[in-house]
Amino acid sequence: MNNALKTLTNGILKENPTFALVLGMCPTLATTTSAVNGMSMGLATLFVLVCSNVVISLLKNLIPDKVRIPAFIVVIATFVTMVQLVMQAYLPGIYDVLGLFIPLIVVNCIVLGRAEAFAAKNTVGLSALDGLGMGLGFTLSLTVLGIIREFLGAGTVFGLQIYSSHFAALIFVLAPGAFICLAYLMAAVNKLQKK
Amino acid sequence: MAHFITSPAPHVHSGDSVRRNMLLVILALLPAYVASVIEFGWGALITAAISILVCVCTEYLINRYVLKEQRQTIGDLSAVLTGLLLAFNLPSGIDWWIVVIGAVVAIGVGKMTFGGLGQNPFNPALVGRVFLLIAYPAQMTTWPTPQGFDTKYIDAETGATPLYYLKQMLATGDSSVIDQLPSLADSFWGVMGGSLGEVCAFALIIGGLFLICARVITWHIPVSIIATVALFAAVTGWTGHLPEAMTTGDYVLYSLLSGGLMLGAFFMATDYVTSPMSAWGKIIFGVGIGFIVMVIRTWGNYPEGMSFAILIMNACVPLLNKIRPQRFGEKKK
Repeated sequence: MNNALKTLTNGILKENPTFALVLGMCPTLATTTSAVNGMSMGLATLFVLVCSNVVISLLKNLIPDKVRIPAFIVVIATFVTMVQLVMQAYLPGIYDVLGLFIPLIVVNCIVLGRAEAFAAKNTVGLSALDGLGMGLGFTLSLTVLGIIREFLGAGTVFGLQIYSSHFAALIFVLAPGAFICLAYLMAAVNKLQKK
Repeated sequence: MAHFITSPAPHVHSGDSVRRNMLLVILALLPAYVASVIEFGWGALITAAISILVCVCTEYLINRYVLKEQRQTIGDLSAVLTGLLLAFNLPSGIDWWIVVIGAVVAIGVGKMTFGGLGQNPFNPALVGRVFLLIAYPAQMTTWPTPQGFDTKYIDAETGATPLYYLKQMLATGDSSVIDQLPSLADSFWGVMGGSLGEVCAFALIIGGLFLICARVITWHIPVSIIATVALFAAVTGWTGHLPEAMTTGDYVLYSLLSGGLMLGAFFMATDYVTSPMSAWGKIIFGVGIGFIVMVIRTWGNYPEGMSFAILIMNACVPLLNKIRPQRFGEKKK
């Protein structure tokens, strides 16, 4: 039980995919223009992570070692396609904003990394927990980054106007703001973890 | 206590210090500042005062409460210079809170994040300016026309800068905009719209020559920037890309005298920390800036690209610093 809890929290705190492993930087920087966008991207990745970890863990003894990467990719791509189609059907607004980054979850280092490093070696239950923890960690980072960028860049949080957008610095919604915010956030997280 | 090995006398110190160099640069900027006060009145005074004050305060507070340094660095005047240069890069009638944000970003993000003076890879004043340009594009490109102290601080009459007209001319081949340009004499003396400190080319050249004579900066960077820009403009003319009403000579002069070119070439690009050390490194650095600025002016989205050009070349400085002078006594291979 203790082991399970450790696996779950590992992805959220100690090996947070964004701040500790520094994986999946492309969606982290590109999709966090607002809190909602960041969170949707995180949740989409969370779903793919949990499902692919479970399936790969189930199949780990059947997949020959030599072709494991292509096999993993096929499993991951299956779930990404499902997410993409569901989002296109039921959340067309967010789908239009995230666009290309949804299909790009296939090549997200976190998903393949967890499949290779964890799911291929561990039991189904633990793999599911690992996927959940990593996914939650990723979602949390993206949401925090999205909140900060949206607040500074548009004066809103989850679309709620906090202060006049006249004073908001547009740069935080654009690419340079993503780098600046991520750098300071990562510095703050490192500082807190050292304590 | 560290152990120092002492060499025999005489121990002569040249008296050179960071403080002295910063003071000389500030002194060299004064003619241009006086010119901009004459042209823009209260706007120039208020903008510079806020910018300098906030830069110095930010550096003090970060040193004191974030870095927890025992020794304060505001005495070396580098923060004052950053504040003044940032103000020089802003339109004079800009809202006060934008100046505050720019100053905090210039010192906080551009300088102190990297560990303070000497460690910043990018020119802090330009970091502040480019941040503001992208963050508040509308306010940052609203230029008051020069009217001296009659220029109201807020809601002043605004107009486009010469570079905007030049860009339109190049893009459309329309020669009617040439009438909108200030005369070459006005461009030289600075009677035109633009950022606070960049308009008076005359005062900037005087200040720049003073710095070269005082050996605060060397000639390599300013000369290579100006020569590259002149050559680029001349080639544009010779290859027939100008409308008939604009001669190649005039276009070269307008390119040199308008926008932040003189300010950038003499004062921004020559920043010690963010420019290469060797002579050849400096020349390549200058040619790079001149080329990029003309590429942005000719084909880019912005009418002016001096700050972008300097920042891009700032990023190349670690690479350019690989060009080292030959060691004394070393054989040529």
